[in-house]
Amino acid sequence: MHKDYWRANLKILIILLSIWFMVSFGFGIIFSDFLDQYHIGGFKLGFWFAQQGSIYFFVALIFVYVYLMNKLDKKYKNHDDEEDKH
Amino acid sequence: MDTQSLTYLFVGLSFALYIGIAIWSRAQSTNDFYIAGKGVNPVANGMATAADWMSAASFISMAGLIAFLGKDGSVYLMGWTGGYVLLALLLAPYLRKFGQYTVPDFIGTRYYSNAARLVAVICLIFVSFTYVAGQMRGVGIVFSRFLEVDINLGVVIGMCIVFFYAVLGGMKGITYTQVAQYCVLIFAYLVPAIFISILVTGNPVPQLGFGDTLVDSSTYLLDKLDQVTTELGFNAYTENSKSKIDIFCITAALMFGTAGLPHVIVRFFTVPKVSDARKSAGYALIFIAILYSTAPAVSAFARINFIDSVQNVEYQSSPEWFQNWEDIGLIAWKDKNEDGLIQYSAGDALEGTKPKFVEGEGNYGERLVSNPANQSNSNEVYIDRDIMVLANPEIAKLPGWVIALVAAGALAAALSTAAGLLLVISASVSHDLLKKTFMPKITEKQELLYARYSAAVAILVAGLFGIYPPGFVAQVVAFAFGLAASTIFPALFLGIFYKRLNMQGAIAGMLSGLIFTSSYIIYFKFINIELNSVQHWFLGISPEGIGFIGMLINIVIALTVSNFYSKPPEYVYEMVDDIRRP
Repeated sequence: MHKDYWRANLKILIILLSIWFMVSFGFGIIFSDFLDQYHIGGFKLGFWFAQQGSIYFFVALIFVYVYLMNKLDKKYKNHDDEEDKH
Repeated sequence: MDTQSLTYLFVGLSFALYIGIAIWSRAQSTNDFYIAGKGVNPVANGMATAADWMSAASFISMAGLIAFLGKDGSVYLMGWTGGYVLLALLLAPYLRKFGQYTVPDFIGTRYYSNAARLVAVICLIFVSFTYVAGQMRGVGIVFSRFLEVDINLGVVIGMCIVFFYAVLGGMKGITYTQVAQYCVLIFAYLVPAIFISILVTGNPVPQLGFGDTLVDSSTYLLDKLDQVTTELGFNAYTENSKSKIDIFCITAALMFGTAGLPHVIVRFFTVPKVSDARKSAGYALIFIAILYSTAPAVSAFARINFIDSVQNVEYQSSPEWFQNWEDIGLIAWKDKNEDGLIQYSAGDALEGTKPKFVEGEGNYGERLVSNPANQSNSNEVYIDRDIMVLANPEIAKLPGWVIALVAAGALAAALSTAAGLLLVISASVSHDLLKKTFMPKITEKQELLYARYSAAVAILVAGLFGIYPPGFVAQVVAFAFGLAASTIFPALFLGIFYKRLNMQGAIAGMLSGLIFTSSYIIYFKFINIELNSVQHWFLGISPEGIGFIGMLINIVIALTVSNFYSKPPEYVYEMVDDIRRP
């Protein structure tokens, strides 16, 4: 049970961190100049990802993570009732 | 009421609020003092984390820095927000599950070694003091410019306030004060940004105004900025001037460094449940993103307003703020072509960059500087980038109460971060050094007393940094993030995700990250400053970005060394299994 839970957790991490890498290092830095040929409003697209878009994606990623992990916790019925060690 | 009295009023009211909260939320036990009794609501903790994180540097300096860096400034925007994704996904929930008081606690327990704990304490104290020094300088700037008190008196007032709520309230007092400070600072940041966005683009949302057309024109703001900056000999605003590899490494060093900063991590120890730690990181990032997505808009507005209001203007009829900041020594003007007009363009106006003011006035009443003019360019203006956010409301001619609000907000940002840092320092001294290493026999009551003593000492040291600012503050910022990325982050990350890592591997990794990163930075920032340029850097990576390479070295060494020594004891395996269970 526990092993499956951990494996599912790692899968979520890998997918979300790939998106994290893509929107910041990918679109904001490596492919930024290439994306600059496209525009949204007055923004060049690469510039927008570097100074705005990546930040919005980061926020969304954490909330997607919270949602997926809560679902996973429920599936494995791990109630994290507080067990204090102090 | 004039701006001066309004500023006194706003700053006074906000200080009274912080003290009131401190009295209401006094700490009773070490549990309260270190981690607020684990009773903080995730939304409140998110706000407190945001205030803790957003320092004088974020509030005062960042937008100004980006205004002059253009697209290269993205490293700060992505670096200082993207780290929260790493924190939320890779560290916060597990460390909360571990359930101890401090970051060295985890490292000491996970690697079953007090030596590892000590290395962590050293890195932590170094990183935190570096940071505190910057906050105190921020407090000094705000006090001297807006309240016209002596910088030293300003620092002392700031110290007293922090002393009061950090020493009395511990983490509990700090957390609830930070919630209030977040509200003050974000309001103070947004109000002028919205005003200026309306003035420049007619769009009340700065994030959208940033990509909108200028008022009474069909030209986009950013296109106009590109055009103006290239005409003046600068790099185009929306293009990079640094190399890709350097931008990549700086962003990465800031991200991993953010995730490894002890005063941020410890905030996630204060929430009741593991699922709350995840949620809390999300809220923290929302609250941070509100400021960080506004900042680049403020930068663009500030850059265009600045150029518009001083370019080819007679010094004698230059705006009041120009001369006010000149009085403080953060703006200087040298009339190279002796036409009495201010000309601003690319390049350093003065030899030796920073102005050295001397007695007396020039032909037009400007302050004289002893530096010779730099004749390789025609720029006549020296401007300290730190003043852009503070001067912005004045540059845009906003009413006095907005200016007063910005002063209160800047103080909130500096004080909240200083308090958070001082608490981590005091906890690592009283808990990790005394209780867990040198004086294990002390009672909880004595430990609490020592925690308060060390908070008091830390505040005094921080105050001294503010009164006698070490000249190297700006240089050591790279240090704080570089070290957090190359020592603390890998030790925590591998500790959770790689069970086989033993004590020897972890210590070898941390030490090699520490030594590599600090020698690279010291070499280029202190020993051979004249060699600090791209052709001498390793792979073209600047000292700001080297922490990322340090982190990779740490991980490789840790994994290699680990294989030569025996596995960690069974109970460590069980501990890691336990923190992986939600």
